[in-house]
Amino acid sequence: MTATDTVTAQARKITYRDAVREGLRAALLADPRVFLMGEDVGRYGGCFAVSRGLLAEFGPERIRDTPLSESGFVGAGIGAALGGMRPIVEVMTCNFSLLALDQIMNTAATLLHMSGGQFNVPIVIRMSTGGGKQLAAQHSHSLEGWYAHIPGITVVTPATIEDGYGMLATALGQPDPVLIFENQTLYNMEGELAADAGPVDLRRATIRREGRDVSILTYGASLHKALQAAGNLATAGIESEIVDLRVLRPLDDATIMASVARTHRVLIVDEGWRSGGISAEIASRIHEQAFYDLDRPVARLCTAEVPIPYARHLEEAALPQVDTIIAAVQTLVKP
Amino acid sequence: MSAPLPDRDRARRLLWHMVRIRRFEEKCVEVYSAQKIRGFMHLYIGEEAVATGIIEHLTPEDAVVATYREHGQALVRGMSPGAIMAEMYGKAEGCSRGRGGSMHLFDKATRFYGGNAIVGGGLPLAVGLALAEKMQRRGGIAVCFFGEGAVAEGEFHESMNLAALWQVPVLFVCENNLYAMGTALAISESQPDIASKGAAYNVPSAVVDGMDVLAVSEAARLAVTAVREGRPYLLECRTYRFRPHSMFDAELYRSREEVAEWKKRDPITTFLGRARDAGLLTDDDYEAIERDVAKEVDEAVAFAEAGTWEPLTDLMRFVYSEGAQP
Repeated sequence: MTATDTVTAQARKITYRDAVREGLRAALLADPRVFLMGEDVGRYGGCFAVSRGLLAEFGPERIRDTPLSESGFVGAGIGAALGGMRPIVEVMTCNFSLLALDQIMNTAATLLHMSGGQFNVPIVIRMSTGGGKQLAAQHSHSLEGWYAHIPGITVVTPATIEDGYGMLATALGQPDPVLIFENQTLYNMEGELAADAGPVDLRRATIRREGRDVSILTYGASLHKALQAAGNLATAGIESEIVDLRVLRPLDDATIMASVARTHRVLIVDEGWRSGGISAEIASRIHEQAFYDLDRPVARLCTAEVPIPYARHLEEAALPQVDTIIAAVQTLVKP
Repeated sequence: MSAPLPDRDRARRLLWHMVRIRRFEEKCVEVYSAQKIRGFMHLYIGEEAVATGIIEHLTPEDAVVATYREHGQALVRGMSPGAIMAEMYGKAEGCSRGRGGSMHLFDKATRFYGGNAIVGGGLPLAVGLALAEKMQRRGGIAVCFFGEGAVAEGEFHESMNLAALWQVPVLFVCENNLYAMGTALAISESQPDIASKGAAYNVPSAVVDGMDVLAVSEAARLAVTAVREGRPYLLECRTYRFRPHSMFDAELYRSREEVAEWKKRDPITTFLGRARDAGLLTDDDYEAIERDVAKEVDEAVAFAEAGTWEPLTDLMRFVYSEGAQP
């Protein structure tokens, strides 16, 4: 069951943005230790309007505007987590998170280990990711694959209304740091949120569409491009199985390998860069674990290895698109 | 600042803390030379008055954040010398179960949050710990030790600003020992008066002679009182490390004469002299402290020697909380 194909009688049609906000509200209502902090989360309502209205409801202590001090407030979030709070730290975009990389990597991810198991860090860090809105090279990169390199954290990429709402609650229940990457092109996406929507699993990939000919492994905004491509390919008789990875660390090898065993052909679609990226990791694991299930070498469609350009036609050419996914699948299934 | 003289018990306690740090550190050099300890090790010799004078004013509810030069703070805070030594030996009985070594001492029981070896990295952490105290309306404060080298890091400035904006109970203790590794204060700070930087952030601040344990303690008393009222405070302690930066330092950047000059201000001998002159401590008292400390340090080494190696099957533990991750 997934958000994209499950509609209950009580389901509401809302945007991904609203779903994330509803998830935040539910978390703030459920636990007085939870608070949200970040740049412009309060009075401005969030850079992407995700937290609009929350300041009025929860007040400035719990919807805490921060100065532009990524390292400072991410570090403070880690300290607050150590001190018994359950902070949700919003970093405006993952591009800016590099200013806080020291705290995320050298403190949040390592403290439990360095302290011999004494100090876990229950922090949730949300950030937007991805290109497609003509924001150029300092606002458009997809760095979730980088973060997936780091032991000690969990990296999730909610691509659906259900996950946008439910991943937060599950993340807040984790004793260790969870990074949530929200693709910025998804905020306006509309879909159904079940009335009984709640926490979702943070360990498993999910099959969003079944198909016998090819597995498309993807996540985030590329999931929706892949689903559209699969629809087009189906009219030509090519059935694609779409695996929404959902979690980049830890990768759900079992779901990936089971899909490979069914289709024997794999295309990985990743909005990150190819070299040293998460697509390389996934391809490597498939070669290690499912080599003899493959009829073709694993194919990858990634973002071109350029800083994301501003001009619309250049940016579109840099990112994976429906037509390039279709072309990649057609090459892969050619007899 | 002329600090009031302590009573006899307190004089004995202050001296005991400082001698204990000194002898512990000297033992570390000895066992390091015997290759029992490896990796980076940074000693607190010369700076004993700072940890001793500050931590005297903390309660068990307070949180302490320190740097990679943290043996002194850990000892004064009440961590077991045996667990610290065993940690440096890399033993399973070490305070961080051999995962951290000299630079990463941690202890939940005394709220000792490291042992942070990224210069400046501990400051935001301390702001967050203080924020947690404030938001949960508990009475604790956070105390953050850092060197003057950290003042050049953005995290110092971000943390001062956040602490003042949010009015959280954090005491920033700058241990200004004049050198960031080998980089002198004069070539790392355009404004070398560190305490004055508090004004830029509306953080009350003071500077104190970090070689005088009574002066540090009196300054800390005032600072901690202010912080307990719910606001940040910056205390610069002017001190000096008598030893090289770490065990791998040829000390090309400072003269023997300079080191010798500072050693005349040794916090232990100067305090002992004053206490003796004031009739607070006798030579017998001092010798008794040395005997107690020697025994305790020897016991710490014996504890570390008798420790066990974590089994290799436990290599992957503590990356995620137990039971939380497959």
